[in-house]
Amino acid sequence: MAEAPSATTRSGRIVDIVDTLRRRIDPALAWAFGCIVLVLLVGSLYSSSFLSPQYLLQQLKVASFLGVIATGTMIVVLLGQIDLSVPWVVAVGGMMATAATGWGPLGEAMAIPVGIGCGVALGLVSGIGVAFLRIPSMVVTLAMNAVAQGLMVVHTGGFSPQDSSSRAMRFLATGNSVFGIPNAVLVWVAVGAAAVFLLTRTTFGRTVYAIGNRERAAYLSGARTRTVVMTAFALAGGLSAFGGVLLAGYASKAAQAMGDPYLLPAIAAVVLGGTSILGGRGSYIGTVAGVILITLLQSILSVMQMPEYGRHVTYGVVIVAMLLIYGRGRRTAE
Amino acid sequence: MISDRSFWLREHKATLLAFAAFVVMFTIYAANHPAGLNANVATTAANKGVLLAIVAMAQTLVVLTSGIDLSVGMVMILANCLASSIVVGSPLMTTVGVVGVLLVGAMCGAINGVIVIFGRLQPIVTTIATGAVYYGAALALRPVPGGDVNTSLADALTGHLPGGVPASLALLLAVVAVIWMPFRRSAIGRAAYAVGSSEVAAYMSGVPVRRAKFVAYTLSGLLASMAGLFVTFITYTGEASAANGNTYTLYSIAAVVLGGVSLFGGSGSAIGAIFGALMFRTIGDLLFVFNVEPLWQPLFQGVVLSAAVCLGAVRLLRVRNRLDLYG
Repeated sequence: MAEAPSATTRSGRIVDIVDTLRRRIDPALAWAFGCIVLVLLVGSLYSSSFLSPQYLLQQLKVASFLGVIATGTMIVVLLGQIDLSVPWVVAVGGMMATAATGWGPLGEAMAIPVGIGCGVALGLVSGIGVAFLRIPSMVVTLAMNAVAQGLMVVHTGGFSPQDSSSRAMRFLATGNSVFGIPNAVLVWVAVGAAAVFLLTRTTFGRTVYAIGNRERAAYLSGARTRTVVMTAFALAGGLSAFGGVLLAGYASKAAQAMGDPYLLPAIAAVVLGGTSILGGRGSYIGTVAGVILITLLQSILSVMQMPEYGRHVTYGVVIVAMLLIYGRGRRTAE
Repeated sequence: MISDRSFWLREHKATLLAFAAFVVMFTIYAANHPAGLNANVATTAANKGVLLAIVAMAQTLVVLTSGIDLSVGMVMILANCLASSIVVGSPLMTTVGVVGVLLVGAMCGAINGVIVIFGRLQPIVTTIATGAVYYGAALALRPVPGGDVNTSLADALTGHLPGGVPASLALLLAVVAVIWMPFRRSAIGRAAYAVGSSEVAAYMSGVPVRRAKFVAYTLSGLLASMAGLFVTFITYTGEASAANGNTYTLYSIAAVVLGGVSLFGGSGSAIGAIFGALMFRTIGDLLFVFNVEPLWQPLFQGVVLSAAVCLGAVRLLRVRNRLDLYG
C-alpha cells in the first residue's frame, strides 16, 4: 500500500498525459502524416527545391484530382462497399464534358454539369443495384464499368474525342486565384469541406457510418438505409466524373484510358488514411493525408529517377508496410 | 429427409446452370459460325476460353475462403514475362523453366496468404498492393515486350490432338484432375469451404483456418502462373502490360460470378467458374458471329455481362423475410 501515492507523482501524471494523447490521436493519422514529413525530408535531402512553395503547391494541385475522386471512394468504403467503376466513370465525366463543349455556347456553359450529371446517373444505377436488388457492390460496379466503357466507345467511335475542354474547365483545373493558390486545390478544399459537413453534421453521414458498422442494426433503428446507400453511390459517381472533368480541363482534352490510373490509388489513399475497408470507421482528414502521401510518393520516386518497375515495387511495399503497422484486423478468437 | 440425389442437385445447382447456359450459347455460336465447327475454330475458341478458365479457377480458390485476389492478373503477367526468358532451349532446360515459373507463381500466392493470415490485412487491399509489386517485378524482367519460348512445346499445347480435340481442353482437364479434385476432396479443401461460410464458426470447431487459407492462396498463385505460361505459349512473347493484367483480374471476377461461386465465400466450385469463363468468352464470340458493328461490341458485351451477372447475384428471390436482406 505504501506505493499507492506514487501514482499521483509527477512521472505518473506524465504517463497519464501521454496515455490520453495516445488515445486521442488516431494512430493511422499520426503514421500517415509522419510518413508525409518523412517523404518530404528524404526529398529535401535529394534536392532543396523539394521544400519550395512552388513545388508543394504543384504537388497539391496534382493531388487534388485524386482527392476529389478519393472523396467519392471514401463514402462508398465507409458503407462497407467498394466502387470498381471509377476508371470509366472518370472517363465518362471527362468525355461528356468535352463533348458538351462542342455543342455550342449553351453546351460550353453546361459542360461541367453535364459531365457530373452523367457520372451521377451511372452511380445511381449502381446504387439501385446495390441498395434495392442487393447485388454485391463489387459485381454491380464492375458491370457498370464495362457498360460505361461500351457507351463511350460508341459515343467516340473508338478514338479519343477531338473536342477540347471548355474555358471554365481549364480555369478550374489549371488557373490560379488568390495568392497563386491553384484553383484545383480550392476545388478540392470545397469538395472536402462539403464531405466533412455531410459525413459529420447530417443524418445522411451518421447513417453512412451506421450502415458501415452493421446495416441490419441501422435498418432496425429506422434509418432509411436503402435510400442512403443509393445516394452514396450516386455521390461517388458524381465525384468520380467531376475528377474526370478536372482532368480533362488539366489536359485540355479527354482520353480513352484517362481514368485507369485512379482506381487503385483512390482505394489505397482511403485505406492508408485509416478508413476501414470493412466500413463504419474513418475520417476525411485521414483520406486527405492518404491522397497527399500517395501523390508525394509517386512524385519523389519519379524525381529520383527511379526506373518504372522500382516505382511500382516501392509503391506496393509502402502500402503493405504501413498497413501492417496500423491497419491490422482483429484475431478470429477476439 | 432429402434424398442423396436431390441433395447433390441442390449443392451443384449453380454449377449445372452455368454448364447449361454455356452449352446453349456455344451451340448457337457453332451453328452460326460461317466456317462451321472445324478443328481450327474449336482450337482458337478453346485456347482463349481455357486461358480465362484457369485464371477464374485461381480466383475461385480465394473467393471460396470469402477473400478476393486482385493480383491474379499481375501474377499471370509476371509468369508470362518470366516464362518468355526461361522456358526455352533443350527439353531439360524447358522443364526446369516451367517448374521455375510455377514455383514463382506459388510463391506470389503464398506471400498474399501470409500477409492476409498473419498480417491480418483485408485481402482486397493486400492484393492491390502486392499486385503492384508483382507488376513491378514483371516490368523489371521485360521493360519492352519480347523474349522467346520453346516453340514445339507451345505448339503442342495450343494446337489440337490427333482426334481434332483442342489440346488446351486436355490441359484444362489435367489441371482440374491434378489440382482442383484433390483440393476439393481433401480435409484442407473442406476447411476452405468452412472458413468461407463462417470463419468464427470454423475456428471454434477446430478447423485449421490458417492452413486452409494459406493453401487456397498458394494454389491460386500457382494457377495464375499456369495461365501466364499459357499466355506465353499463345503469344510466343512476354509483355508487361498493366492493362492486360487488370483486364484479366476483372474478367476472372466476372467469370467466377457467372459460374455461380458466391462472392461471400463458402459456396460454388471451380468447375462452375470454368464454365463461367467459357460462357464469358462465348458471349464475345457470339457478337462477332452475328456481325454486330465492332463499335457496339463493347457496349453489348457490357450489357449482356451485367444482365447475366446481376441475375446470378440477385438475392431477392431467396429472401425469406425483410431482415434477411441486411445480413
